[in-house]
Amino acid sequence: MNADLLVELTYLLSAILFVVGLKQLQSPATARGGNALASFAMLLAIVATLVDTDILGWTGILVGVAIGGIVGGVAARKVEMTSMPEMVGVFNAFGGGASALVAVAEFLNLPSVGLSTAGVSMLLGTVIGGVTFSGSFIAFAKLKGILTGNPITFPGQDATNGLLVVGTLVLGAMILGVFGGQDPTTLFYAFCGISLLLGILLVIPIGGSDMPVVISLLNSYSGLAASAAGFVIGNMVLIIAGALVGASGLILTQLMCKGMNRSLANVVFGGFGGTAGIDRAQIGQRPVMRADAEAVAAELGYVNSVVVVPGYGLAVAQAQHELRKVGDLLEARGVDVKYAIHPVAGRMPGHMNVLLAEADVSYDKLYDLDEINDDFSRTDAVLIVGANDVVNPASRDPKSVIAGMPILDVDRARRVIVMKRSLSPGFAGIDNDLFYADNTLMFFGDAKDSMGDLVREIRELA
Amino acid sequence: MGELMIGLYVFVLAALAGREVITKVPPTLHTPLMSGANAISGIAIVGAIVVAGRADGTTQMVLGVAAITMATINVIGGFMVTDRMLSMFRKR
Repeated sequence: MNADLLVELTYLLSAILFVVGLKQLQSPATARGGNALASFAMLLAIVATLVDTDILGWTGILVGVAIGGIVGGVAARKVEMTSMPEMVGVFNAFGGGASALVAVAEFLNLPSVGLSTAGVSMLLGTVIGGVTFSGSFIAFAKLKGILTGNPITFPGQDATNGLLVVGTLVLGAMILGVFGGQDPTTLFYAFCGISLLLGILLVIPIGGSDMPVVISLLNSYSGLAASAAGFVIGNMVLIIAGALVGASGLILTQLMCKGMNRSLANVVFGGFGGTAGIDRAQIGQRPVMRADAEAVAAELGYVNSVVVVPGYGLAVAQAQHELRKVGDLLEARGVDVKYAIHPVAGRMPGHMNVLLAEADVSYDKLYDLDEINDDFSRTDAVLIVGANDVVNPASRDPKSVIAGMPILDVDRARRVIVMKRSLSPGFAGIDNDLFYADNTLMFFGDAKDSMGDLVREIRELA
Repeated sequence: MGELMIGLYVFVLAALAGREVITKVPPTLHTPLMSGANAISGIAIVGAIVVAGRADGTTQMVLGVAAITMATINVIGGFMVTDRMLSMFRKR
């Protein structure tokens, strides 16, 4: 068998293993093996490339791999699970940046490429990769609090962005010699600059709480950039892997938008939190029933079934370990404990599941919205920790700003306990009737301290 | 059929295969899915090796090494952090 064929077959095997690896992510039991398989597929693709390319100098390659490996490895080991959205954002920036640089290098190698598949792919790789690179860093800075989480806007923003998009198209056509020949190198540098600028300008007007959607969308872009780089160098495994990532990012983006009942356009172009017509002074003015840790322990400790609903506030307070202790103690008393996870709980989709898994909650006790919603009417008590909009029954009111948003139907349980700092509204900016319902008890306080108190009180129960 | 068309067929079919596989990933694994897919986008390392490997000038070398460094961070960091997350998903 000749060497070329062997290389091609190795690429094919790599592509197959990427798909099989992703398929194994369909169950928590096989997921870790799937990830290992995908990383093995990556190794195969790298080895095939090393064999296939006439390498002039190994030094550069080894230096790059050594630096990248150390930085990536240390970051992956050190990162806190609560900081996953930022981490994914940064890794995504580097992936997009790498694809862009491949396209840039190919172009500078062959500036007079003209209007051809290679030429168009190079420009697409540059602009998509560039937007992914700068946009992901802005998203990271917003999540990390380096930049304000509030939308950054200026007059004529949409017009500026529109102009830049048109400019990119015109410049691209000029570079490819559509309007006649000239040396396109200088124009190309301008094209690179605009791509980076566009990434920044597209992300700054989006609010911090929407950053996970942005990161997911940019993740999709980084896949498309990799595919474009695949068209540039004529490599099928790049095209395939890029397409897989592109599809994955797009699906997750759609799911997140669905979880918040908003369109992608609404997220990208802002305009959320429209609380016109709502009197904010009215929020939290109605009487509620309060309970302290002792009373809550009594409500939870003597029943058959408890469903815990963890929300963003739990992640912020890092109270997942205390919450797991509460669950363990209740189970030891014979209570059936389940965890209901809303699609947008935590700071990104599935983030709450990771935080609870880190706190050693068994994954078969975690239920999605669709799996658990019918159970609430048969549940004795619901314990909500740091969640608000995702349990707001106002979503059933067609006139509400959150009308139609999928919610956990906790109000159908016999008893609802809401653990929260105050009656302040969530991201949607509206009051929550659940707090004032006859079957609801409000358990005010910091999530971590309150769960600690609750652990003590449950231990005191007879 | 030209190179471009073959590439497009491969791209579209791969995207459809990806869609079939990924829509069946349960919500509980969406964060690891995102970070794992993110690691796969580091496949740009293949292109980076081609660029750095045949670089004959300083510019090409700098671009190639920078691309390899970034792609490696994405690949190693992405797969390792995904493994770290998935190792915590246990059934008791």
